[in-house]
Amino acid sequence: MSETMTVRLHELAHGRAGDKGDRLNVSVIAFDAADYPLLEAQVTAERVAALFDDRRPGRIVRYALPRIAAFNFVLDGVLEGGVNRSLNLDSHGKTLSYRILDLPIEVPAARLAAIRQGKESKGET
Amino acid sequence: MTDSFLIGCGAGFSGDRTDVAEPLVEALIADGRPSALFFETLGERTLAFAQIRRSDDPETGCEPLLEEILAPVLGRCLAAGIPIVGNFGAANPGAAARLIARLALAAGQPEARIATVTGDEVSGLAGDLSALGLDDRLEGARRLAANAYLGARPIAEALGRGAQVVVTGRCADPALALGPLVHHFGWSWEDWDRIAAGTLVGHLLECGSQVTGGYFADPGRKEVPGLERLGFPIAEVAADGSAVITKPAGTGGLVSPATVKEQLLYEIHDPAAYLTPDVVLDVTGVEVAQVGPDRVAVAGARGRPRPETLKVTVSVDGGWIGEGEISYAGPNAEARARLALEVLRKRCSGIARLRGDLIGVGSVFGDEGGRFLEGRRGTTEDLRVRIAVEDSERKAVERALREVEALLCCGPAAGGGARSAIRRRVNTWSALAPREPIEAAVEVSVRTADDPAGAAPAEASHV
Repeated sequence: MSETMTVRLHELAHGRAGDKGDRLNVSVIAFDAADYPLLEAQVTAERVAALFDDRRPGRIVRYALPRIAAFNFVLDGVLEGGVNRSLNLDSHGKTLSYRILDLPIEVPAARLAAIRQGKESKGET
Repeated sequence: MTDSFLIGCGAGFSGDRTDVAEPLVEALIADGRPSALFFETLGERTLAFAQIRRSDDPETGCEPLLEEILAPVLGRCLAAGIPIVGNFGAANPGAAARLIARLALAAGQPEARIATVTGDEVSGLAGDLSALGLDDRLEGARRLAANAYLGARPIAEALGRGAQVVVTGRCADPALALGPLVHHFGWSWEDWDRIAAGTLVGHLLECGSQVTGGYFADPGRKEVPGLERLGFPIAEVAADGSAVITKPAGTGGLVSPATVKEQLLYEIHDPAAYLTPDVVLDVTGVEVAQVGPDRVAVAGARGRPRPETLKVTVSVDGGWIGEGEISYAGPNAEARARLALEVLRKRCSGIARLRGDLIGVGSVFGDEGGRFLEGRRGTTEDLRVRIAVEDSERKAVERALREVEALLCCGPAAGGGARSAIRRRVNTWSALAPREPIEAAVEVSVRTADDPAGAAPAEASHV
């Protein structure tokens, strides 16, 4: 049994939110393709749906893009009518990529150490 | 790349930086290969507000910053043979073309050929909106505009007739790049993989700096040098549609596989079926690779035949929105701020819609029903209460905003910095419409700068 540690998705992946009407999309892209299976197992449509439970979302779909080690989440009905109808300060939902990047992820301790060490030695992505 | 074409993007939205096109044009000229420059300045609601301005003054309704955007580069582009394409015509391509003609004359280029693409405004055609299936949403609402997303064909047609500047209203953003690419390479409109590749280039570039390090920086995790002097993107496109994304030398920003991937998926839904007027784009086979400093190769787009329908966005009067804010800080700030919000809700019970936020505890992540905020306690003692209200009556919104101001005396202790603002609201709804009747009315018109008003008959044609 290898030990695991909990980190925020922000440590393993980056992403961007986009809006069209009342539909939000958020990409989740692994910094390192080696972590793609970890994301595949843990960043599920169900867990993302739970994050947006307050907004009573409609359909939520996860599309896989293994060639670029990424997922695209499409969330219907979470933008309170969309940019022209929403009363949210962020009516586009542009900040919401970081809502998903807040998701807790279980990472094998050895892998996490390698990621953190790699970051220090390489500087950045 | 023996036969390649360069395309740069000088704006990603209305309100983008206006000093970014000059380095792009210098880079395109220095490179020497054939090239074009495009500007994307039309968001989902920009057009509706432009329609309102035009109804007040017939010579307005195009991009308000058009002169500031184009004046620094127009003369050099005309002289160097770099065509410019932009949807900066917004609700009034004719007015934009007349302004550009004046700029061309001022630059000593009376022979400059300026084209307009019109026909995206489909209010007349879509008079029977029942065909769009939006009846329930549009019922009782005052309609302001209905615009179809046109494709790249009219743009390529204009360039084929010698246009040096092409002004469009609503069109699909990637079409602004695809038009010049098809014109240059002579791709068949049914060569779906090529059309898909050109559409992908347009998609990657259409938000300007969002592919060159803009909207990407996250200190400690995603570093971007020189965010204050970002270079805007250039795609070096090969005849097979594969491309290298880069930016002008000496500018800030970053082009990396990560910046390209973020933009690749931006505003995409099903990555195997991104619907555009020209092609159904599949990006699931796309690969990106760093091939040099600030140079990323992109290949693998696939295409399927274009949809039978075009997207039409209908804009209707959305009444009024008001926003009011007031701050609380120090001991017990959150309790005082929450009490202020409760008082505002009670005082504004007659308004059509009200949302309350506690900036510092929960705001942009929160839902309109307040469920997110209910379940949270903040960690800061410097908070700002915000309400947003909506109503069809301006007076009702004004009354609600006065309640924010009134908290200065009647609210919890030590509220300060009350501010409020009110603005008109436009709602938009989208639907799919059959393309034939819309495309039959699309018109491409080319005139020279010294004849902008059309003393000579315009060389107009339908596409």
